[in-house]
Amino acid sequence: MKLNKYLKASVAALAISTGAAQAADVEVLHWWTSGGEAAALNVLKGDLEGQGIGWQDMPVAGGGGEAAMTVLRARVTAGNAPTAVQMLGFDILDWADQDALADLNETAAKEGWDDVVPDALKAFAKVDGKWVSAPVNVHSTNWVWANKAVLDANGIAAPETWEDFVAAVEALSAAGLTPIAHGGQAWQDATIFDAVVMSTGGPDFYKSAFIDLDAEALGSDTMKEAFDRMAFIRANVDDNFSGRDWNLATAMVINGEAGFQMMGDWAKGEFLNAGKVPGEDFLCFRFPGTQEQVTFNADQFALFKQGDAVGAEQAALASAILSPSFQSAFNVVKGSVPARTDVSDEAFDDCGKKGMADLAAAASSGNLFGSMAHGHAAPASVKNAIYDVVTAHFNGEYDSETAVDELVTAVEIAQ
Amino acid sequence: MTATSQAPVARAQGPRPDFRTRLQEWIPKLVLSPSVALIFVFVYGFILFTLYLSFTDSRILPSYGWVGFENYDKLFRLSHWTISVTNLAIFASLYIVICTLVGLFLAIFLDQKIKGEGFIRPIYLYPMALSFIVTGTAWKWLLDPGIGLENTMHLWGWTSFQFDWIKNRDYAIYTVVLAAVWQSSGFTMAMFLAGLRGIDNEILKAAQMDGASNWQLYRRIIIPQLRPAFLSAFVILSHLAIKSYDLVIALTGGGPGRATELPATFMYSYTFTRNQMGIGASSAVIMLMTIAAIMVPYLYAELKERK
Amino acid sequence: MSVASSDSAVRMSRFTRTLIYLFLLLFALFYLLPLFVMVVNSLKPLSEITGGNMMALPQVWTIEPWLAAWSTAQIGVEPTGLRPYFWNSIKMVVPAVAISTILGALNGYVLTKWSFRGDKILYGLMLFACFIPFQMVLIPMARVLGVTGLAGSTPGLILVHVVYGIGFSTLYFRNYYAAFPTELVRAAQIDGAGFFRIFWRIMLPSSGPIIVVCVIWQFTNIWNDFLFGASFADFDSQPMTVALNNLVQSSTGVKEYNVHFAGAILAALPTLLVYIVAGRYFVRGLMAGSVKG
Repeated sequence: MKLNKYLKASVAALAISTGAAQAADVEVLHWWTSGGEAAALNVLKGDLEGQGIGWQDMPVAGGGGEAAMTVLRARVTAGNAPTAVQMLGFDILDWADQDALADLNETAAKEGWDDVVPDALKAFAKVDGKWVSAPVNVHSTNWVWANKAVLDANGIAAPETWEDFVAAVEALSAAGLTPIAHGGQAWQDATIFDAVVMSTGGPDFYKSAFIDLDAEALGSDTMKEAFDRMAFIRANVDDNFSGRDWNLATAMVINGEAGFQMMGDWAKGEFLNAGKVPGEDFLCFRFPGTQEQVTFNADQFALFKQGDAVGAEQAALASAILSPSFQSAFNVVKGSVPARTDVSDEAFDDCGKKGMADLAAAASSGNLFGSMAHGHAAPASVKNAIYDVVTAHFNGEYDSETAVDELVTAVEIAQ
Repeated sequence: MTATSQAPVARAQGPRPDFRTRLQEWIPKLVLSPSVALIFVFVYGFILFTLYLSFTDSRILPSYGWVGFENYDKLFRLSHWTISVTNLAIFASLYIVICTLVGLFLAIFLDQKIKGEGFIRPIYLYPMALSFIVTGTAWKWLLDPGIGLENTMHLWGWTSFQFDWIKNRDYAIYTVVLAAVWQSSGFTMAMFLAGLRGIDNEILKAAQMDGASNWQLYRRIIIPQLRPAFLSAFVILSHLAIKSYDLVIALTGGGPGRATELPATFMYSYTFTRNQMGIGASSAVIMLMTIAAIMVPYLYAELKERK
Repeated sequence: MSVASSDSAVRMSRFTRTLIYLFLLLFALFYLLPLFVMVVNSLKPLSEITGGNMMALPQVWTIEPWLAAWSTAQIGVEPTGLRPYFWNSIKMVVPAVAISTILGALNGYVLTKWSFRGDKILYGLMLFACFIPFQMVLIPMARVLGVTGLAGSTPGLILVHVVYGIGFSTLYFRNYYAAFPTELVRAAQIDGAGFFRIFWRIMLPSSGPIIVVCVIWQFTNIWNDFLFGASFADFDSQPMTVALNNLVQSSTGVKEYNVHFAGAILAALPTLLVYIVAGRYFVRGLMAGSVKG
């Protein structure tokens, strides 16, 4: 393939250009720049520096990693790829396709990664039998966050089915509250859509629609039903939802203006930051009807080829990332759960413990699925095509019928 | 364009054999050449490269499999693209007209020996100095009915005040115009002010002695003399309009829904976040062709007429 | 037309003047409103922002966010604040602005006073170059920088900014010099002055206002550029905007709006300074020009 040659040339050029730099440093491109997550990453840096490996920090935040991915392309094209890059789902597969990633099998075999990392996650870390990246965490995205005082005051228990949820929402609405706090940004709409589709059609339907991209499933009545449920959710958010950042929506739940928010586990940080206690002030539970399932996205560090052999510093970085101590320390701060299932849950709070138990259970029962909204079910082009339709429907541009038709076409064009 | 070059501007001085003079003839071209070379490589070379990419199957990185017009075909089937182009038409025309008018009037008024001009001028200019990465947030808050202006007016007792454009699919694009005008109208003002100050006051006095009213003075004499300033303003504003990216991302993120997507956001999204570089390249080509279709006749007329 | 002269050609009634003042004042308020929001909220504790009215003055005044943004906020893995990135930006902006302005002045001078066959086409091509979308040039530019060994360095960034700044600086100077009396140049030529001598002695001294406009424009654009700075800089040459962006764009972390606003104002200080300082020369340059004209 012509492109491979081109990339190899880039890599060769890189080997020359970095010759001057110390061989033992790692340059890491990532987008964890805000307080908690950056501080957590600092643990990793300290770890490596303890081994005499320097850390050259290359943070580029924006758009949940979009900016960093753009920068990565420029860097690779210039023959100046960073040592390791924070990456999500399909991006890793795409870069592996370009033959740009290093082969970590040696480290993986030595440390037994195959036994402790769930298969669903391996699908994004191992390409053609080769480990190419080191998973850091697993975020699960089908959580509902609720203000306990608000629920108690209205006599609502954590809803377990869609019907319960409808009743709860209507009760809150009758009480003059905003039932659902939501930020109208495409990825947030899609995060809810993930959970709604899972709940409406069950795991098999989710898989055929979002992972297999089966046109029949995408155009089915079940999908229409899912869009109808989205319309119900739309009817129960406040008027000013559009464009709102997710954390401002979380604040509405914290302040008791709203009852529920559907958001990934990172929302927990906002509650903790506001001095709230899980289980006492706020509740976390799976989206009604998805108690068994976990939809996830996982941050990983993909290691880029730096010449022919895997450098000692790359191996050290990868092994440090997967060490149980870092996995625990990082994820306690980040709100996510460790990427390996054998880490002790001692340091985690109630929601964290629940998350770890859910993940282990889902992984062993085959109920762990990549999140479409977060790029772990379908490639970026398809993901964004689905975003377009979901957002257009959520904002009233399409009715459910049209949305189903548009979904089929959009996914087809994007493939 | 070729006609322009034949306009009798050339400083036709008879051919002189003197070496020094011949050198003098060449110096201007030598001075100009590095800039021209840079532009040819980094602008026109890259445009050709993009044109080529738009016919290939490039996804995450450039790749060279030829696919003919497939990318263009897909592009025009995307309703997303149609929306972006329509939005740009609305946005660019409003933005350019409003900025020019506001800039012109502010400049004319500021030119009336205003006390405290030195104080007011930087206030008009400063928005240009701020990056939209963050002013976008300030605007987003101001425009948000829940926490911004509307809420403040309600707190102050004007409860019927309503301003929720940013949440409304049909009006959101106008809030983008508002923020964009805020950012660059001050700069337009500065350009017009520079132009106004360059006009010879003697001519104006003479005209006034002939009994011209203020209105006539401006309409007949001053504004026509501002022609170069209008050209600069038009070029700069249309360039800003076409490249508006940060603004939209920070203010609305393209929403509500896709109501404020612009070709720049479209192009970025397809090239870099959706890994469909081929479609991204084809949208860039269409955009450049559109710009050329508008700018070339304008530049042609402008450049031909003067001198 | 010196600014000090009181014999303006345009005269108007007291009433009209009051209206004009009112109009100017209203617009000043319009321009200041977002800045007000930013300043006020940068002086509040975070809890007051998420809980309260964003237009309200702080109940508890604090400069903590400012200190944090400057020196302790988390930019990457280390809590360095914006401080270290400041110098990176300066090193990139100053040469880039200087070079593009000089090239623009020379180009404008050539194109107006030494016109030759085809100059208008060249000028048209340069103008049209202003419109090239930066997203489009990213990948080929990266390749060129990689091949020339300038990738990930400050000189590489300077080159990029100069290249895409020439169009505008040429536009400014050409339009300004077009109005400059060509007779003066001819006269000097007859007196035996050469190309550079005329430029240096006649054109430059009267270019004050347009240099100011051009510098403001270039400085602002280059200082505020994010895309090139992020893509073509290395970990040790990242400019201020990339740092600011890292500060405000946390994906899944807590958003400290007060620190963000403080950081934004800090990041804009050099440009603001250029505006205020240059603004003064703006007027002075005009007066100098008027004596000559």
